[in-house]
Amino acid sequence: MTKEQLLKIRKKASEKLLMSKLPHAYRVAIGMATCGVTAGAQPVYDEFVAEVKKRHLNDVFVASVGCVGECALEPLVEVTDNQGVVTTYCKVKPEDVEKIIENHLVNGRIVEDLLPSKFKKGGSSDANARQGRIALRNCGIINPEDLEEYIARDGYLALAKALTEMTPEGVIEEVKKSNLRGRGGGGFPTGLKWSLAARNKGGQHYLICNADEGDPGAFMDRSVLEGDPFGVIEAMTIAGYAISASQGYIYVRAEYPLAVTRINKAIEKAYEVGLLGDNIFGSGFHFDLETRLGAGAFVCGEETALMASIEGERGLPRNKPPFPADEGLWKKPTIINNVETFANIAPIILKGADWFNTIGTEKSRGTKVFALGGKINNTGLLEIPMGTTLREVIYDIGGGIPNGRAFKAVQTGGPSGGCLTAQHLDTPIEYDTLVNLGSMMGSGGMIVMDDTNCMVDVARFFLEFTVDESCGKCIPCREGTKRMLELLEKITKGKADLKDLQTLEDLANSIKDSALCGLGQTAPNPVLSTLNNFRDEYLAHVVDKKCPAGVCKDLIQYYITDKCIGCGRCKRGCPVGAITGENKKIHVIDHNICIKCGACKVACPVGAIITA
Amino acid sequence: MAIKFEMSPCQIDELKQRIAKHLQKPGPLMPTLHDAQQIFGCIPLEVQKIIAEELNEPIAKINGVVSFYSHFTVEPKGKHIINVCLGTACYVRGSQDIIDKLSELLKIKPGETTADGKFTLAANRCFGACGLAPVFTVDGKVYGTANTKDAQSAVESLLKDLE
Repeated sequence: MTKEQLLKIRKKASEKLLMSKLPHAYRVAIGMATCGVTAGAQPVYDEFVAEVKKRHLNDVFVASVGCVGECALEPLVEVTDNQGVVTTYCKVKPEDVEKIIENHLVNGRIVEDLLPSKFKKGGSSDANARQGRIALRNCGIINPEDLEEYIARDGYLALAKALTEMTPEGVIEEVKKSNLRGRGGGGFPTGLKWSLAARNKGGQHYLICNADEGDPGAFMDRSVLEGDPFGVIEAMTIAGYAISASQGYIYVRAEYPLAVTRINKAIEKAYEVGLLGDNIFGSGFHFDLETRLGAGAFVCGEETALMASIEGERGLPRNKPPFPADEGLWKKPTIINNVETFANIAPIILKGADWFNTIGTEKSRGTKVFALGGKINNTGLLEIPMGTTLREVIYDIGGGIPNGRAFKAVQTGGPSGGCLTAQHLDTPIEYDTLVNLGSMMGSGGMIVMDDTNCMVDVARFFLEFTVDESCGKCIPCREGTKRMLELLEKITKGKADLKDLQTLEDLANSIKDSALCGLGQTAPNPVLSTLNNFRDEYLAHVVDKKCPAGVCKDLIQYYITDKCIGCGRCKRGCPVGAITGENKKIHVIDHNICIKCGACKVACPVGAIITA
Repeated sequence: MAIKFEMSPCQIDELKQRIAKHLQKPGPLMPTLHDAQQIFGCIPLEVQKIIAEELNEPIAKINGVVSFYSHFTVEPKGKHIINVCLGTACYVRGSQDIIDKLSELLKIKPGETTADGKFTLAANRCFGACGLAPVFTVDGKVYGTANTKDAQSAVESLLKDLE
């Protein structure tokens, strides 16, 4: 493909995507990433296709698109007219399809009762949330398997520009000037990283895209791969040119089957039209790309472990230096960047570093994608400029905490990160501010917790995770995290004393200083940050033997209050027969028999059962 | 081990063909193991031996890699596989209760297979469907915003199908 051919395809595809020559046309886009499919988007899509065909609506284009970002409202259907006006319908069921077609597509009347305002609890309008997207610019808009739709939205213009108008040094310089920092968590300057590999002249260089998104609660990489795979492929080709790598790998988790399928299809398509392989855009540059699957090891998100895994070894990290930029995959200079980092590259090359520098804060340029989950009304994916405050994210975009409960903490950075509390709500989100508060940006998972979550239990949960996932190579991580978990279990069982708390803290600090890789060094973070911010909760467990949030089973007891209406549902729901009481009289729990399963609390229709 | 492992000559041929393809590229072991697991459902020692021979590697190395990654399994799995997500978003929204309930219903611990070979219960770290937490999957089908009752009815309907 030449640049002229690209521009020709772009003109035609853009007319088609914008329906500019069809005054009565509609595009019906259905969000079909993993979240959408889970919520039941497939039958909705099938129904649209069948109904449109049945009614011979030739000006209606039904498309399957990637993640729209509002997971809580899936399945989502977006209807766009040829003026570009978008109407979003949410929680659409197959039986709603006819109503949408009849009212909206045929008679031009919006179906009011499927609009987001009917479902959303607070939060800003979609239009606002959608503005200024960079990494997610195409997600939820184009059909991820359709190269022409990608080209219609400026796809491959950046690669054409890089290969035909820029030198490899020029590309690196532009990325350096943009101040883009790695979006995988560490925040290392991307341009600088590239220049370190480019400095090693001659011989084979490798490029790797780290799509081993292992942090539980993070799914932005999955969304990018599922929603805009060509964006990643184009960016990797640009990066390959910049560091003179002719071979690239996308290392993606096996847990993301849909992402794997989509990226493989996109690679195949790119080869077919000459956007991968030999002599791309007539520049003489050759680039090969393939996917490699992970196999359920969290540590493989660490770059040296990831390379060991591609080589066919156990995924064990190794000491740095030598850094991968000097000695990486098969001992050759290698650059590893995260999916979201790559997703920023094409716009930077196309629009320039100066444009990128107008977004975000001085030390953190651009935007960041976050996966908002946990106890929050509007769960989903959001891309916000760096420097946005936590309050804006949780209350303005996230719509606050469900069921009128109180905000307690937000966990960022997964098992490597920490908790931020109500007093940090007005902190701008940047790499450095989060690190200063004892957490980290991480890859972008943001789990919100309310007053029914026990912070000691959350710390125990993360330690259980790290113990499971520790590769066993270095002693601080292999033995240390295990001992920390034992101490946390002792605390949550009410068997610990103050000395244990001190041991826990000492152990955490020494593991932080002595572990071999990033996984081990950051494993104590969830403990240290909860100790800092919620020491009173630890003390309640250790000294008073109480769990204030009512989570730790050994420290709570179930009681029936005088709200009880004597309906007997708890008695019938109890698996061990611990509840007694006559009809229409207050029931009682026998604590000697009770196994604290909580079935009675779930069964109670009036909320009369409490934990204390 | 509840279920006996068997392999057919046809499956072995399939594996050898795929290995030959992977050998043309550097780093053939991981793609080979993924294929082996897909063909046989698990990678027991018999299969590891074939892989070791074809790749000309010591079997100890193959075994070391198989046992390192939690995605690979050496024992056959049940007819139906139930996976409960214990990722953070699911955990804070109560997925532990779901896995406890399933454990109680199937009388097995997470990671185990029922004696009759009907069910395997597994705990997984994040499917990336956090917006719909808590989630569990039955044979790959995802159930979002689930509770213990959904888990119970899923098991009951599977048992009905098996009858």
